[in-house]
Amino acid sequence: MTTTMTATTMTEGVEGVEAVEAVGSFESVESVESVESIGSEGGVGSEGVTFDAIRTTAAEFGLTSSDLDALGAEFEAIRREVLSDLGQRDVDYIRRVIRAQRGLAAGGRALLFAGFFPPAWLAGTAALAVAKILDNMEIGHNVMHGQYDWTRDPALSSKQFDWDTACPGDQWRLSHNYEHHTFTNIVGKDRDVGYAILRISPDQRWTPVALGNPLYAALLALMFEHGVMLHNVEAERLMSGDKSWSEAWPTLRGGLAKSARQAVKDYVLWPLATGPMALSTMAGNATANVARNVWAFTIIFCGHFPAGTYEFSVEESEEESRGHWYFRQLLGSANIEGGALFHLMSGNLSHQIEHHLFPDLPAHRYGELAPRVRAICEQYGLPYNSGGLSRQFGSVVAKICRMALPGGRSWTARAFPVAA
Amino acid sequence: MFTETRSWRAVQRAVRVADMAATPHGVDRYVELVAPTWSTTEVRGRVALVRRQTDNTVTLTIDPNRNWRGFRAGQHTQLTVEIDGVRHTRCYSMASSAAAASRHFELTVKAHPHGTVSNFLVEHAQPGLVVGLSPAQGAFTMPALRPSRLLLISGGSGITPVLSMLRTLCEEGHTGPITFVHYALRSDDMTYRSELDALAAAHPNIRLIRVFTDEPGTGDLDGFVDLAQLADIDASWAAAEAYVCGPAPLMAAVEEIFAQRGIGKQLHTEAFALEQVLAEAGSVGGSLRFAASSTSVPSDGRTVLQQAEAAGLRPASGCRMGICHTCACPLQAGTVRDIVTGELTSGAGADVRICVSVPVGDVEFDL
Repeated sequence: MTTTMTATTMTEGVEGVEAVEAVGSFESVESVESVESIGSEGGVGSEGVTFDAIRTTAAEFGLTSSDLDALGAEFEAIRREVLSDLGQRDVDYIRRVIRAQRGLAAGGRALLFAGFFPPAWLAGTAALAVAKILDNMEIGHNVMHGQYDWTRDPALSSKQFDWDTACPGDQWRLSHNYEHHTFTNIVGKDRDVGYAILRISPDQRWTPVALGNPLYAALLALMFEHGVMLHNVEAERLMSGDKSWSEAWPTLRGGLAKSARQAVKDYVLWPLATGPMALSTMAGNATANVARNVWAFTIIFCGHFPAGTYEFSVEESEEESRGHWYFRQLLGSANIEGGALFHLMSGNLSHQIEHHLFPDLPAHRYGELAPRVRAICEQYGLPYNSGGLSRQFGSVVAKICRMALPGGRSWTARAFPVAA
Repeated sequence: MFTETRSWRAVQRAVRVADMAATPHGVDRYVELVAPTWSTTEVRGRVALVRRQTDNTVTLTIDPNRNWRGFRAGQHTQLTVEIDGVRHTRCYSMASSAAAASRHFELTVKAHPHGTVSNFLVEHAQPGLVVGLSPAQGAFTMPALRPSRLLLISGGSGITPVLSMLRTLCEEGHTGPITFVHYALRSDDMTYRSELDALAAAHPNIRLIRVFTDEPGTGDLDGFVDLAQLADIDASWAAAEAYVCGPAPLMAAVEEIFAQRGIGKQLHTEAFALEQVLAEAGSVGGSLRFAASSTSVPSDGRTVLQQAEAAGLRPASGCRMGICHTCACPLQAGTVRDIVTGELTSGAGADVRICVSVPVGDVEFDL
């Protein structure tokens, strides 16, 4: 029974699991597969006993593999329905956002020419920050997901778009769309679990380095764009020697070149253009960049780390069905509640659940799909993790602080009970 | 020209700096929101004039932006329009004179039964419509040293490139004999009737022959092209350089006549409405698998692109006639036939233009 629990992470069975250290190791896979009876004990359906035995999270919700298939079919049906309905409305929407973003960017930069007048500096900096947030989130993130590839408009093409941030779009697209969206919340495979800097899950081994967790998180928030850039270089593997510099160099060179272009724009060209206001412009641009960094960090950390999100083991996700993939996306993501403006500013990543179920559907549709997704969750007895920003982010902050210290499994279970 | 001057070079330098200040989007993406046809690199145009000569055609006069570098008579452009949020690209031949002083050029589009773009343009094109363009392309052109004797043959909407040649020759003051033969189903189906009459009246070296194949007795001649008819039209046809554009049967017939005489080199042809012709060319059977979408369909003989679209996929596509390579996609397994060249391509990794490829047996694509 203990072995089964290792596969289930931070769900329940506190005492039993605490004792087991080697989570996600190859050993545990073997032991699970050898104990065929576990599956039937866990009430999993009769077909494919060995295979089902390790799908413990699904089993906890009493879902058999055919239930998962049915669940997957429900989501597939929604996806197909939206795909066949895509058209002018979606294009008009994203172009409206792009027009607003470009207008705010141009207006903000223009206002900074009058940076000697404090209200102009404030308004210019704010407009630029909002432009950068819209560019990165509702436009960049979503366009680069391929949500508008069907339009065949080169300006909306996932392969051609690049965003106003240090990380080159093409690098991000590979790591994010493939690694994160395929292996969502699989500890050991999804490098977005703690972004390889933070200890965010009790399943990540504790070392004294983790003591700096809150500090790293604060630094990451301030320098998020460069954090995302270095994330692609796999800086942590570079430091530990797992990856050689020559292996990392092409990615790093691309990242540095993009960062340089960004820096030249924000800290050389525009300050020079504003002449005597150069320093004030530089400060405005830096403020806008940092504001965007902190905002993006906040929204993105609320996507998968708040209380109630599930993590998955490598074993239970191996050779998974499409239905299980949907199941994992659903349980591994959390929504943030808010108004229309909030959803826009978060790039609709506030609908993280819908985004993970349908990553390539235009994000402005997630709000329309949310009630249907919630109804399906109710039908299958599955949680739908949704809460206000302060609740979701508060639990993330608490988790970051607690994970600085060793252990944390029982604390997680106590602070964030997630039983079905 | 403006492009050669120092001020133009200064403008280009300024655009480069502006692009750096507007990175990563570039200055185009800002300016186009205010001036949709303005671009530092892309060729775009605005429809300046729309006229509808017949029930199922539309003639567009296009005002291209500065990136348009003109064309040679007989060439085409890849026109892009947005329909219900989706961009579609098709090739259309210029119909106007390549020697005209105006930068404006003319396209005539005929509505095809299932043509998304042609029907949209015939029904909805209005002045002010912004379209994407490609630089003029195509090798269906006359040599710079114009042939002394010319035979221009067209059928249906294939009239546009050869009309462009005729108009260009007239504007250039070409004096050699030109025979212009046009086949239409009916007289009210023929575009450019009055223009052609006027050109023939003004230029004694032009001989104009109109054939209405559905209405015997109403045109200058009756029936489809054959050796006897050609000899009837122009006794010294074999001495002419011939340019032919029209439906496949017309072109095949002319090709055979020239081949039999051993003067195939004097014949120049341009296919049009390729997709319709090609639709019947594939072999039915086998399965067509789209790996990335986990979709598999029994092959119905149409092109891989058409079948992918029918299966609900949205692969990139452009000209849909094997020209622009927008749809090129690596073949993962199996064999496809190029329906333009008949060439077979097999094995994983080969880049295939799926708009002109039909599956031969089981085939898999990474789509």
